[in-house]
Amino acid sequence: MIRLNPKYIPLLATALVLLAVFVTGSLLYPNFGTPRVAVNLLNDSAFVGVAAVGESFVILSGGIDLSVGSMVAFVGILIAKLLQVGWDPFLAMGVALCVGTAAGAVMGGLIHFFELPPFLVTLAGLFCLRGLGFVIYPESIGIDHPFYGQVLPQLSILVAPKAVLPFTAMCFLSSVVVGTFVASFTRFGRNVYAVGSNENSARLMGLPVGRTKITTYALASFFSALGGIVATFYMQSGNPASFVGLELDAIAAVVIGGTLLTGGVGFIPGTLMGVLILGLIQQIIIFNGTLNSWWTRIVIGALLLVFIVLQKLISRGGDRETLVAAK
Amino acid sequence: MANSLLEIVGLTKSFPGVTALDGVDFALRGGEIHALMGENGAGKSTLIKVLTGVFPRDAGETRLEGKIIAPRSPREAEGLGISTVYQEVNLIPHLSVAENICLGRQPTWLGVIRWPAIANRARAALARLDLSLDVNRQLSAYSIAVQQLIAIARALDISAKLLILDEPTSSLDRNEVEELFKKLRKLRAGGLGIIFITHFIDQVYEISDLITVLRNGCRIGCFATKDLPRIKLVSHMIGKAVHQVEALEQKRASAASIRSEAPMLEARGLARKGSLRPLDLDIRPGEVVGLAGLLGSGRTETAKLLFGVDRADQGTVRMNGREVRFDSPRAAIRYGIALTPEDRKVAGIIPNLTVRENIVLALQTRRGSWRRLSVAEQAKLADRFIQALGIKTPSREQTVRNLSGGNQQKVLLARWLAIEPKLFILDEPTRGIDVGAKSEIERLIQSLRQDGLAVLFISSELEEVVRQSQRVVVLRDRRKVDELREGEISEGAIMQSIANPNLERTGA
Repeated sequence: MIRLNPKYIPLLATALVLLAVFVTGSLLYPNFGTPRVAVNLLNDSAFVGVAAVGESFVILSGGIDLSVGSMVAFVGILIAKLLQVGWDPFLAMGVALCVGTAAGAVMGGLIHFFELPPFLVTLAGLFCLRGLGFVIYPESIGIDHPFYGQVLPQLSILVAPKAVLPFTAMCFLSSVVVGTFVASFTRFGRNVYAVGSNENSARLMGLPVGRTKITTYALASFFSALGGIVATFYMQSGNPASFVGLELDAIAAVVIGGTLLTGGVGFIPGTLMGVLILGLIQQIIIFNGTLNSWWTRIVIGALLLVFIVLQKLISRGGDRETLVAAK
Repeated sequence: MANSLLEIVGLTKSFPGVTALDGVDFALRGGEIHALMGENGAGKSTLIKVLTGVFPRDAGETRLEGKIIAPRSPREAEGLGISTVYQEVNLIPHLSVAENICLGRQPTWLGVIRWPAIANRARAALARLDLSLDVNRQLSAYSIAVQQLIAIARALDISAKLLILDEPTSSLDRNEVEELFKKLRKLRAGGLGIIFITHFIDQVYEISDLITVLRNGCRIGCFATKDLPRIKLVSHMIGKAVHQVEALEQKRASAASIRSEAPMLEARGLARKGSLRPLDLDIRPGEVVGLAGLLGSGRTETAKLLFGVDRADQGTVRMNGREVRFDSPRAAIRYGIALTPEDRKVAGIIPNLTVRENIVLALQTRRGSWRRLSVAEQAKLADRFIQALGIKTPSREQTVRNLSGGNQQKVLLARWLAIEPKLFILDEPTRGIDVGAKSEIERLIQSLRQDGLAVLFISSELEEVVRQSQRVVVLRDRRKVDELREGEISEGAIMQSIANPNLERTGA
C-alpha cells in the first residue's frame, strides 16, 4: 500500500468534496456538467480566486489579511476614475497594482517592525482602503473605455462548443499557476512555509524572517489589487461600496482548500479547489431556483466547520505518529 | 596557543544592570571538543549569542582562523562557518527532512528550486553522520533524537568550521546520547572544532578534551578534562571550596523520619490504554517515592494519571482510604495534589507575569475569582516564598521571564506550596537548571518531606533519584518492573532493574 504523506490528506479531502459537489449538481440538473457551466463558474469566481491566491500566502505565513475586499473595491473605483479622466487603461492598471502592492508592503512592515498582530494591522488597512475608495468617488462609475468594451471580449478562447474561456478566467488560472510556482519552487515561497510553521526556528535557522513577512503581505496585496482589476473586467464598473466581506470568502476558500489556518501547511492548487467548491455550491443553489441564495452561506459555514475539525484531527494524528517514532 | 581555530579575547557584554560577560577569553582548536561549563547566568548563552551575532558586543575581539570577525546575525555567522544547534530542535516540523537541511540555501537554477538536488544534498549531509533516512518524510515523523542529528547535519551542510552545541542532550535518553557522541567523535576526528554546552557533568567527562568554566560572567579557567577532578569542576562552577561541595554531595536523605503510617495515596491497577499498564503505587506522608525509568517508560504518564490530566480507564485511587476519581486537574487540586510538569516553559510558568502573580495563581484559582487575595496578602505570600525558597529576584514584581531556569522552577514550586498540598508530584524538577540551584531544590524537597508532605519524584538523572528517594519504583515500557526499598536503592540497582528483561515484580 502506498503510504500517504499526512500533509496531502487535507488536499485530498478538498478534491473529494469538489468531486462530490460536482457530481451532486450533475445528477440533480441535466445541464450542470457542461463546459459552459464550467467556464461560467471560472468567470464568476475569477476575482475572488485571484485574491484568494494572495490570501493563501498570508495564511501560510501564519498571518491573516482582512483588507482584501476593500482593496478590490478601492482598485475598482481607482481604475474607473482614472479611465473617466482619460488615462490609458494599462497605465491605470499599473498604477493600481503599484499602489496596492505598496499598501501591502506597508502593512507587512508594520507587522514586522512593530510586532503588531496581522489581524489588527490589516483591519486598519480594511478601513483605510475602504475610506480612500469613497474619497476617490463616492458612487459607482461605469467603465465605457473601448479596451473594456471591444478588446476584452476578444481576449478569450473557445474551449468547447458554446463554451468560451473569458479573460477573467485566464487571469484566475494564471494566478494559480504563478502562485503555485512561487510557493513550491522559490526560496521565498519555502521561507513563507517555514515562517508560518515556526517563526522562531526560522529565525534561528538564519532565514530572512522580516523580509519574508513583508514580501508576503506585499504579494498578497498585489494579488488583491489584481483581483480588483479582474473585478473591473467582470463588472465593467468600479464601486467603492462593493465587495464588503470578500476577504471572508477568500479566507473560507483557502481553509476549505486545505491550508492550515495556523500556517505552514497547504497548497495553492487547494485554494483553486476551495474557490471552485464555493462557486459550485452557489451554482447549485441558482440552478435550484427556489432556494434563497443565503443557503450558500449556510452550506459554506458548515463546510468550513467540517474542514477545521478535519485539520485538528490530522494535526493530532501527526502528533501520535511522532510519539510512536520516538518510542 | 598554536593554530587556534577560534580565539576570543576580552569579550564584554552588559545588559541594563548586569554585566553578563566581563572580559572573557576563550580559545578553540580544530579537532577539539571544548566544553563550556557554568551555572545558569554564568554567561554561557550570552557568550554563544555574542559569538553568533544574536547580540552585539560591548568590547573584545573574536578571531576565526586568525581573521577578525564580528557577525551581526546568525545568518552571517553561518556564512563564516559558525553553526549552532540549540537545545530545543529549531527546525520546521511540517517540512521534509531534506528541506529542513537545505532551507535558505536551496540549490536553484535561475531562481527555480531544484528539488532532486535538494534530496541528494540532504542525503550527503546525513551520510556525514552515518545516517540514512527517508529525506522526503516530514521532519515530525522522526524522534527528537533524530531531529537533533538532522539539525547537526544542517549545521554541517554549509562548510562549517565550528559547531556549537547548546544543551543538545537534554531531551535524549542514554542510548541516544551515546549515538550522538559517536558522531561527534567522528566529526572531531575530521578536524571540526566543537563547543559543547551541557549541565550533565558525566557527559562532559565522556566527550570533551578541554573545559572552560565561567562564573558570573568571568572566565574562571580553562582545564584539560583529564586533569580536572569532578569535585574541582563543581567547586569552580559554584564558587565554593571543595570540602563544602563534598558535604553537599554526600548529604543523603535520612531514613529515620519515615513514619510507617497508612499510605496517603494508594493506586491499584491504575492503567490507561496506550499510555500505562496496570500499576500499583503507595505513597506515605513524609516519604519521597522516586519514579525511575528511561525516557518514554511511562513516568510522565503516571504523573498525568494521578493528577487527572489523563483519565484512567482501569484501576482505583484511594486518598487517605477514601476512593477518589479525578477527571481533571481541578479535582486533583481539590484533594491536595500538586504537580510541576516536565516542561515548565510550556506548561507551568507564565513568563509575562511577575513573580508575585505567578506565585498566587494556584491559590487564587482555588479560592475562586470572587474572593480575591488583597494586594497586601499577595505581597506577603510572595515575599514569604521568595525568602523561604531563596528565589533570586530583584523584587517580587520582576517578570518571571527574566529569571534563570532554577529560579523559575522555584517560583513554580512556590505556586503549588502556597495551596499547601498533601502530595506533590515533581516531574523533572531539576531539568535544565544548574548545579547550585539543583542542590537547593533537593534540599527543599527534603525539608518538605520532613514536614510530612508526600512527594512523587520523577527524574531521568539516576543519582538524583537515589539521593532523594526513600523508595524507588522502576518503570520500563509503560509498566512497573520493580520497586526498591530503603537500603536497596543505588544507581546500579536501578539500572539493573531497567535492564533486566526477566524482572517483573508487580504488587508492592
